[in-house]
Amino acid sequence: MSRLELPDAETQCAELADLIRPRLHPDSVLVGIHSGGVWVAQRLRELLGLSSEIGLIDVSFYRDDYGEKGLHARVRPSSIPFDVEGRPLILVDDVLYTGRTTRAAINALFDYGRPARIQLAVLADRGRRELPVCADFCPWRVELEPSLELILSAGDDDRLQWTVAQDA
Amino acid sequence: MHNPQLNANGELTHLLSIEGLPREVIVHILDTASSFLKVSAREVKKVPLLRGKSVFNLFFENSTRTRTTFEIAAKRLSADVINLDVTRSSTAKGETLLDTVDNLVAMHADMFVVRHAASGAPHLIADHLRRLQRSDVHVVNAGDGRHAHPTQGLLDMYTIRHYKRDFSQLVVAIVGDILHSRVARSDIHALTTLGVAEVRAVGPQTLLPACVESMGVRVFNDLRLGLRDCDVVIMLRLQNERMSGTLLPSAREYFRCYGLTPAMLELAKPEAIVMHPGPMNRGVEIDSDVADGPQAVILPQVTYGIAVRMAVMSIIAGN
Amino acid sequence: MSAKKLHIRNGRLVDPAHGLDRIADLFIADRRIVGVGQAPADYSADQSIDAAGLVVCPGLVDLSARLGGIEPELAAAVAGGVTSLACPPDTKPPLDEPGLVERLVRRSETHALARVFPVGALTQELAGQKLAEMHGLSNAGCIAFSQARRPIVNTMLLLRAMQYAATFGYAVRLRPQDDFLAGEGVAHDGEVASRLGLTGIPVCAETVAVGTALELAAQTGVRLHLSRLSSAAGMALVRQARDNGMSVTCDVSAHHLHLSEADIGYFDTNARLDPPLRSLTDRQALRAAAQEGLAVVCSDHTPIDADGKQLPFAEALPGVTALELLLPLTLLWAAQDELPLTLALARVTCDPASILGIDAGALRVGSRADVCLFDPAERWQVTAASLRSQGKNTPFLGREVQGRVRMTLVDGRVVFTA
Repeated sequence: MSRLELPDAETQCAELADLIRPRLHPDSVLVGIHSGGVWVAQRLRELLGLSSEIGLIDVSFYRDDYGEKGLHARVRPSSIPFDVEGRPLILVDDVLYTGRTTRAAINALFDYGRPARIQLAVLADRGRRELPVCADFCPWRVELEPSLELILSAGDDDRLQWTVAQDA
Repeated sequence: MHNPQLNANGELTHLLSIEGLPREVIVHILDTASSFLKVSAREVKKVPLLRGKSVFNLFFENSTRTRTTFEIAAKRLSADVINLDVTRSSTAKGETLLDTVDNLVAMHADMFVVRHAASGAPHLIADHLRRLQRSDVHVVNAGDGRHAHPTQGLLDMYTIRHYKRDFSQLVVAIVGDILHSRVARSDIHALTTLGVAEVRAVGPQTLLPACVESMGVRVFNDLRLGLRDCDVVIMLRLQNERMSGTLLPSAREYFRCYGLTPAMLELAKPEAIVMHPGPMNRGVEIDSDVADGPQAVILPQVTYGIAVRMAVMSIIAGN
Repeated sequence: MSAKKLHIRNGRLVDPAHGLDRIADLFIADRRIVGVGQAPADYSADQSIDAAGLVVCPGLVDLSARLGGIEPELAAAVAGGVTSLACPPDTKPPLDEPGLVERLVRRSETHALARVFPVGALTQELAGQKLAEMHGLSNAGCIAFSQARRPIVNTMLLLRAMQYAATFGYAVRLRPQDDFLAGEGVAHDGEVASRLGLTGIPVCAETVAVGTALELAAQTGVRLHLSRLSSAAGMALVRQARDNGMSVTCDVSAHHLHLSEADIGYFDTNARLDPPLRSLTDRQALRAAAQEGLAVVCSDHTPIDADGKQLPFAEALPGVTALELLLPLTLLWAAQDELPLTLALARVTCDPASILGIDAGALRVGSRADVCLFDPAERWQVTAASLRSQGKNTPFLGREVQGRVRMTLVDGRVVFTA
């Protein structure tokens, strides 16, 4: 896995912002999925110069693996500080993989209201989808063994970086 | 000794008592509850976690209020809630507690919320389920005899944490009928586990259990001394049947000695909060001016109670 | 068959009544012991039993065992090495009529297992209101009178009951517990009950009743035996009375020598006893009293089925199954407190026999051949299947104990082998 050259996540955030910018609606707001998606959404908000607060969403209460895995050990409060009704939303996550998290996030958002549209922005797309979900904006498509986990983390200097770890 | 609340993996599978719960488990429940509090404030107050699950409210002792809060909590988790009025139906026909449980397990119950007049009844059910190897069926103690009312204890901790943030410097006084109070026992265990500076048990000797100090509290017979410099005052309900003259001469005399009046409350810290598990006996344990005053957080307790019960149910049902 | 001459060879003979503990043979003929160490003249055994490695002691004498279904419990008794037992009067119906006592004696005799000595009711229906016909009950076979666990609230009636019993020289047994102070209590009024929210029975419920019983016994001169002492303070009062020259006797249950309130754990109804298991300090005092001979040890056997125990703690029936544990628990106590076997076994053989006033509990030439042979080293697990009693109710369920009865003789007949 050390052979895999991992791109710089901060650069990718800028690339992602460039992809979004041409299609950005003035009313658009960003909703980041805890925790990686929130970091990316914060970067995008600055890069895109958006004035409205970003939304934060934790999908623990909407996950489809609750029956097998139980409640996530650390659930963070969701915060949607704007009216979702009729709003164009951009859902932001770090990695798109099976599509199940996206599904859960969309369900969660609908419990806040009926948005005008939801677009999906991710830093990385690992493929291997299990649901009919695809990203509207994505700067990096990467093939990884299913046993590997692709993790976005914030370093001490607050810079975002990628790591790859063996799945526990 | 085997902790009957934990499954083979050491995860919380029933909530029977706060005693023996590790600090992290309590904090996890409180943290999860704060997420559910946000859910309850939404337009759509539901999440789909317990969709398709059947939660049976088994109340062998009447309590519309507590039953309702559990019912709301379960429904906000999308569970199907069945209220059984067992005080009248099965026990009247001579069916034992475990017969009732067996019947409901056969109806594919996923969770029992149990209120019973006998201390230890929820433990008995949990133990029975273990013998049946039904680790998929969960028990929440909604109050058993004088023993425990763990969700009330947790919601009290949620309330204290909301207003006071840090537990380590707090002085908490629990005032009144501690002898008969399951709330007091659960609060004492929760507070000592969370590491408050001092827990006080305040009341006349007739209403204090034997060796109560062994639970880690400081005993005060004088309310004035007990309230001095307190950060939190938890008032307990005095049941009508306790005022009949064998434990206390009268409600009037009790109020005079142990009722929380504005003047008494002044002995506590100025920013002290006043809690009560409800329903209150105004003019018996608490003066209306205090109950409706700025320091009372009795209604927020109720709001937090639903979020805490949602947290408990969703955590144990997932384990 | 019953008159078989048995020669028990090479056993370790322990006879507490005579302070005997040595390897010796025991000779039995005509239902009696005819030789200890030495065969009588012209003795030729019909059967010889090799007891090498086993302890050969008098059959155990149990001051209190409830029989429920009689046969399985008597089978449990002999499986536990118990050859004589006193049965408390709280049978259904209570033993307050001579006819009931005769029937119990007859029924137990047909099984020809352990010998049963009924304790008659002190008051009619044990209600504590009217005296029972003690004379008639005595003639029917009662060896003493008691209220079992039921109180006599009216102290005047208690005084009268003692006076009346003293008139005929009958022994009175009281389980000392003040009814008002015990109230609805189900556990020792201490740390555990307070934590679990169980209604407590304070120690003063026992001391007040002990004080009353001692005072009235001193007034009436009745032969008083106090049953199931549970507290250090209660035991201290008995000691004080004995030091003052009173001839009062008392007992403790074998479970109380080993368990404390802590064994209730998370509402284990098998640890619901009456009187309740108290603190470790109390347990220590009970052990000390048994060691010095102030108290004898009994099983207080009370078989209870699952329906009576699978209930919330306060609703569960109190009591333990203990006939088959009396010996192992006595041995465990002896081992833990490093007591000589003669001392420990005295508390379950000759001492209770002398309280009952029966010919039992000793291995002397001429006495009835009630004998227990046990392997002191054999360990066994207490399980529902390993207990012959219909009651499986004991906190020792699932635990391993040491000391297993291999053979029990009653009246010179082998009534149990394993």
